[in-house]
Amino acid sequence: MTTAARTGRVDRAGLAMLSPAVVILLIWSIVPLVMTLWYSFRNYNLVDPTLHGFAGIDNYRYLLTDPDFITSLINTLVLVAGVLFVSVGIGTLLAVLYDQEFFGRGIARVLVISPFFVMPTVAALVWKNLMLHPIYGVYSSMMRAVGLTPVDWLQQFPMATVMMIVAWEWLPFSVLILLTAVQSLDSEQKEAARMDGAGPVARFRYIIVPHLARAITVVIMIETIYLLTIFAEISVTTAGGPGVASTNLAFLIYARALLQFDVGGASAGGMAAIVIANIVAVFLVRAVARNLEV
Amino acid sequence: MATVELRDIRKTYLKDEIIKGVSLTIEDREFVVFVGPSGCGKSTLLRMIAGLEDITAGDLLIDGRRVNDVEPAKRGLAMVFQSYALYPHMDVYKNMEFGLKLAGMPASERSAKIRDVARILQLEPYLHHKPGQLSGGQRQRVAIGRAIVRNPKVFLFDEPLSNLDAALRGQMRVELATLHRRLNATTIYVTHDQVEAMTMADKIVVLQGGVVEQVGSPLELYHHPRNLFVAKFIGSPPMNFIPVVVETSSTESVTVRLPDETFLDVPVDGSNTPAGTALTLGIRPEHVALDEPGLAGQVEIVERLGAATLFHIRLRDGQLLVAQSDGAADHPLDSGVSVGLPPRHCHLFGADGLALAAHARHPLLA
Ligand SMILES: Nc1ncnc2c1ncn2[C@@H]1O[C@H](COP(=O)(O)OP(=O)(O)OP(=O)(O)O)[C@@H](O)[C@H]1O
Ligand SMILES: [Mg+2]
Repeated sequence: MTTAARTGRVDRAGLAMLSPAVVILLIWSIVPLVMTLWYSFRNYNLVDPTLHGFAGIDNYRYLLTDPDFITSLINTLVLVAGVLFVSVGIGTLLAVLYDQEFFGRGIARVLVISPFFVMPTVAALVWKNLMLHPIYGVYSSMMRAVGLTPVDWLQQFPMATVMMIVAWEWLPFSVLILLTAVQSLDSEQKEAARMDGAGPVARFRYIIVPHLARAITVVIMIETIYLLTIFAEISVTTAGGPGVASTNLAFLIYARALLQFDVGGASAGGMAAIVIANIVAVFLVRAVARNLEV
Repeated sequence: MATVELRDIRKTYLKDEIIKGVSLTIEDREFVVFVGPSGCGKSTLLRMIAGLEDITAGDLLIDGRRVNDVEPAKRGLAMVFQSYALYPHMDVYKNMEFGLKLAGMPASERSAKIRDVARILQLEPYLHHKPGQLSGGQRQRVAIGRAIVRNPKVFLFDEPLSNLDAALRGQMRVELATLHRRLNATTIYVTHDQVEAMTMADKIVVLQGGVVEQVGSPLELYHHPRNLFVAKFIGSPPMNFIPVVVETSSTESVTVRLPDETFLDVPVDGSNTPAGTALTLGIRPEHVALDEPGLAGQVEIVERLGAATLFHIRLRDGQLLVAQSDGAADHPLDSGVSVGLPPRHCHLFGADGLALAAHARHPLLA
């Protein structure tokens, strides 16, 4: 009886203490969500104020039947998968390499980490204008210097190029996490494997990679969250083009809302993005949970 | 059949010479223990034999073949590490299988071998447990099992029991000794536990600062230490040391003057120690004879271990002497006591630390 009364009082006090945080969180996340949901069922176009009122599921119907949406959906997933593949794959190899003793290792480590400190817009601009520009770019001059015609990467392979730029930005992150994981591997384990007759490849395959499994899942999870919403790189380099060749979901929503001023349609796209992010999250959390068990 | 021979092996890290020329012959089926204080180079020496460290100079021969530049796995050795170094993501079976698989052994043969070893080591119920689900002693057994399945010519152990508690260590010690008798494989074992060294070794190698101080059977080292370092290092409680001066000497014996101006005739070769030489007399606590005529002192501390009792006796000149007696011996604290030093149990060490040669060998070593 007395304990119940006391816990009741404590609960109330606890709630009172928690409430400001909860309220702010609610306002911050629930309100925009509800407003997006609301707009997604409205006719709401900034260039045509006469068209307004309830739209039913029209916004969704237009969205789902729009070929651009399907393209952007595929682009989103390709971008995530591609960047993950490159950054985790090369990141693992680099982490193992940078764990070895070699001359100038400290400097090499700083260099491989540094792209992480470059803002996405700046990184994209550097790649677009300094490196890959068909006339002024370093790459193009190098190609011309040996008598070859430079490829106009952003025009001909927009997705691959965006993927490369984003992978370049995210590689340091995976190297950083995986390097610390490699360093935590007990050296006696590697030596035991050597005594067991495991060469460098077998040690990598059977000792190092399993040891890195958890770190790799963490990298994949964190990178996926950010990669689903890549925007700056696309906006700066290709603006989603040519056509919609490099438009992902985030860029499509932006284009709908702020280039075509169709707030209703953009909101429907936003809802689709939320659903997709959650589907991916469910798969990820499951995979990670399985991997994090001992 | 496996012999190991070290010929003037040296190891230099950067500029420091860590192993300063070790020569050693290990016979087939011998159990050799490396002991020495921390940092003396025991692990380094073992790792050079294993092939995990390069040998800076000298020759390493296994079965008469020079293996300095042979890969660790190809030397026919297996090593058990202090931290066990089990592969954490593989279960016990896979841990033991790893080396066999890499060696290309067929699956049925692998399975037969692993089950055989698991039975010897009583690991059968745990074959599908991960190392994280095992106790320290079980992990140790898996590490040993992983070494055994490969059927090596030589076993290398680097302080394999130091992570276990005292009771388990005692049990594993007996298991290892049994296993060695059963497998009959040449074994090199690093420890700084004296009991392990004394009980398991056929031959003990005492190292200090990268130099071999003495090689011999446990009792040889115990009863006939070659120098002061070995005399101090082997034996617990450690040997007592008393400064003495030579009064007269001959090849037959040396008469020394004790701190209390009495004389003692020790049967060692005194041909190189003229009268007046300062020496160190060493005597083990269990050889100090309580209540016999000799040095006078006062009981300062009594340590009762049950089976034995240790009396710490403060001599007239202020020095502390430890005497070991049976558990029933009784001398009250602060009581006066006289201790005798039986000459045949006394060791004499010169200023260079070397022991003067004793005339009588210990009966077990004769
Ligand atoms: N990789 C290395 N680089 C430089 N010096 C080293 C290296 N490994 C060992 N040493 C030095 O070699 C000496 C011997 O080391 P070792 O590990 O063989 O000692 P140990 O006898 O096994 O000691 P412990 O009983 O503490 O294990 C030490 O002084 C150590 O500092
Ligand atoms: Mg060591």
